[in-house]
Amino acid sequence: MPKLKMPRKSTSVDMTAMCDVAFLLLTFFMLATKFKPDEPVTVVTPNSISEIPLPDADIMMITVDPNGRIFFSVDNKNVRAALIDDIDQYKNLGLTPQEKTSFALGSSIGVPFNQIKSYLSSEPAQQKEFDKTAAGIPTDTTVNSELNELAAWIRSARNNNPKLRITIKADSEAAYPHIKKVIRTLEGWKIFKFNLITGLKSLPPGTAAYEQANAGMKAQ
Amino acid sequence: MAEMDTSSGGGHKKGPGVKKGKKLSTRIDLTPMVDLGFLLITFFMYTTTMSKPKTMEINMPFKDENMKQDDQSKVKESTAMTILLSKDHRVYYYEGIGSDPNVPPNLQVTTFKPNEGIRDAIIAKKKKVEELKQQGALGAKDQTTILIKPDENSTYEDFVNIIDEMAINDIRVYAIVDISPVDKEFIQVTEQANAGAAQ
Repeated sequence: MPKLKMPRKSTSVDMTAMCDVAFLLLTFFMLATKFKPDEPVTVVTPNSISEIPLPDADIMMITVDPNGRIFFSVDNKNVRAALIDDIDQYKNLGLTPQEKTSFALGSSIGVPFNQIKSYLSSEPAQQKEFDKTAAGIPTDTTVNSELNELAAWIRSARNNNPKLRITIKADSEAAYPHIKKVIRTLEGWKIFKFNLITGLKSLPPGTAAYEQANAGMKAQ
Repeated sequence: MAEMDTSSGGGHKKGPGVKKGKKLSTRIDLTPMVDLGFLLITFFMYTTTMSKPKTMEINMPFKDENMKQDDQSKVKESTAMTILLSKDHRVYYYEGIGSDPNVPPNLQVTTFKPNEGIRDAIIAKKKKVEELKQQGALGAKDQTTILIKPDENSTYEDFVNIIDEMAINDIRVYAIVDISPVDKEFIQVTEQANAGAAQ
């Protein structure tokens, strides 16, 4: 029997087009990505209907974990460097330039002033480990108290960058008295306007805010 | 497609003695490159945070230690409603500000549930103030005022929820106040009464 000869087709496909697509997507993701900032504690924020996005720059963030431990962070590296200089002078901590650089490169701080030197002189991995058991920044309801270290941080940060927007990122389960201490401290520095970080939740239908939002949509 | 013409052009022919170079294909296998591309895409997709966190703006009332008692704004009893936040996400509320010690307010307990929760109570209060305005009992400038008093057992979630509730129900005037010992007593009494009723 004569064999039926099939023409052999090559199985290799031209990959150029696929390569193009892959790199196009890659470029998009590389430009669109913004790395999650390192956080010492995981905080689950409550939800609200507010849709105001968090500004990109000039943020001072006060993080409160479920146990009421307070961490403090400022986003800008230059501000952080200036801030630690200021704190060093103000509280006579005697930090070395290396320790100051460590602060400028780190993310948030959650240790009292008497531990800050040893904290900053340790390796980043050790710092991370220490954050799990750190005491947090001590606060008090009165702003002028020597014990209110959060007040000192806020004061120095605001002196270095008056444009700083103050945000509080607290866990849903954090007890109110801890939040109250933070708010009292802010009020003590005559800061009455600040932002709370929340997740997004949908507007419940039939309420005043819902009507307003929909009325706005119709008008447009 | 991905090929280039590498031959030295057909313009001039080489002599018979000139050796012809072997034509190598310039087609490269792009598969590893595609692999790499997709690997990086996957990495960036996982690390990226697309949705930015939202914030809620909060304005605390201006406070000054030197302010005289007389200068402080007074809240009208008929426009006011007091909300107490307590443990287990419970919400207590009563009408007025509970300033008269002789008339203890009628405390009611509810939760943050979407139906028949605190929202309905706020809406009812708002309606009541509107009616009073129409009857002329209140001036045009009077607005529903809500005093929020979170106690030690309430959580941050309750706090955010109640402020959110203000935004949802379009309550313009509200204040976050420290809980007074009297209010704590109210909560205790109501809790005891409810525990007694449940048994």
